[in-house]
Amino acid sequence: MEEKIQLQTRDLVKKYGDDTILNGIDLKVRKGEVVVLLGPSGCGKSTLLRCLNGLETVDSGEVLLDGEPITAHGKNMSQMRQKIGMVFQSYDLFPHKTILGNVILAPVKVQHRSRQDAEAEAEVLLRRVGLWEKRGAWPRQLSGGQKQRVAIARALMMHPEVMLFDEVTAALDPEMVREVLDVMIELAGQGMTMVIVTHEMQFARAVADRILFLDQGRFVEEASPEQFFTQPKSQRAKAFLKTFTFDRCATTENSVVI
Amino acid sequence: MDFSFVQNYLPMYAQAALLTVRIGCFGILAAVLVGIICSMILYFKIPVLQAVATVYIELSRNTPLLVQLFFLYFGLPKIGVRISAEGCAVIGLAFLGGSYMTEAFRSGLESIDRIQTESAGSLGMNAGQTMRYVIFPQALAISVPALVANVIFLIKETSVVSAIALADLMYVAKDLIGLYYQTKEALIMLVAFYLILLLPVSVIGTLVERRLRYAGFGA
Repeated sequence: MEEKIQLQTRDLVKKYGDDTILNGIDLKVRKGEVVVLLGPSGCGKSTLLRCLNGLETVDSGEVLLDGEPITAHGKNMSQMRQKIGMVFQSYDLFPHKTILGNVILAPVKVQHRSRQDAEAEAEVLLRRVGLWEKRGAWPRQLSGGQKQRVAIARALMMHPEVMLFDEVTAALDPEMVREVLDVMIELAGQGMTMVIVTHEMQFARAVADRILFLDQGRFVEEASPEQFFTQPKSQRAKAFLKTFTFDRCATTENSVVI
Repeated sequence: MDFSFVQNYLPMYAQAALLTVRIGCFGILAAVLVGIICSMILYFKIPVLQAVATVYIELSRNTPLLVQLFFLYFGLPKIGVRISAEGCAVIGLAFLGGSYMTEAFRSGLESIDRIQTESAGSLGMNAGQTMRYVIFPQALAISVPALVANVIFLIKETSVVSAIALADLMYVAKDLIGLYYQTKEALIMLVAFYLILLLPVSVIGTLVERRLRYAGFGA
């Protein structure tokens, strides 16, 4: 493929004390590509995502955005982070700001855009996630799914080149998961470069261009979603996928008994 | 009840109340400033300064204001530092109040989830912007009840400044009792003046707390 590499890591190592969380990660994300990171909990997916925008310092190796290194304490940190949007698992809206206030805060204060300009774009983005009517509400008045959609709109306001999603539906009630995932699928369709950590396997299969399977801080398997979900190569990935099919087996058995 | 006494000495009380307000305002303003600085030092865990702030807080909280005032007013001149009685009172109040204000701000700051800092950072905000636009407004809203309590506490503490010969409300009341033995009137006026000073603070404080809560702050 001729497309350019937008986000890249080189031999990334991250340790907490004696525990090695990431053990030599080489990741390449092409422009417009949607990469989904899968793996058992504690495998380092979230840590990897946090390293990608400098929320975690790395012990060795480097992260490159458009070929430029990101360092956790570098002068260019603010610049770099504006190019990498991130949405977190817990609802991270600013509780002392209205929905509109949340969305325009950083564009006005960090990018020094005019209020009118920021509000005009906020209208477009909030309409896209179906929450323009809620612009005057406070975050605590919104459901979890609505909050996550606002968080996505807020990140998009900065015109990021890459979006990172860290288990954004993990804390949501099941019926709210869909509305958030739909927004992400739409975003992927528009060509946004995305790196997603999720436990929604059906969603991963639908949205991913490529699946990366992590275990114990290393990439164990890299595959297209079709291949990964139908014919995983590694033993570890097979075992991992089995944990998601267990429920269905149980129901089938039950229905036979009845 | 001798109303002519009340009428005669009302101006004296008013004068004294003004002194109490003056010392209270400057002292509390300085205490808030000390509190903001120390709470930042503790929040960001700035080396060396953190130890200095901790020592200061323990020293300030565990010694009575009266002792602090005696140190400032009678002790410092022995090493050649002379400060006016009112200056001593303001400094003393700031010294005592600073630690209480620090604790109020610090508890507010520490109640803000780390994710707030991280999400502000992920939007490209630097540490200063994150503090100013995201952390501090939320922390302040949470600190307000403690701040109001501290303000009332500190205004009441000004009643010990009579010990360094400042003619505050307490001093005037004691003086009048000593001179004329009109204990009842003098004490009723003393209580009335403290209530006049403090009730508005208390009411406004409650209103501010309620407003912040209904605005969705800290929810």
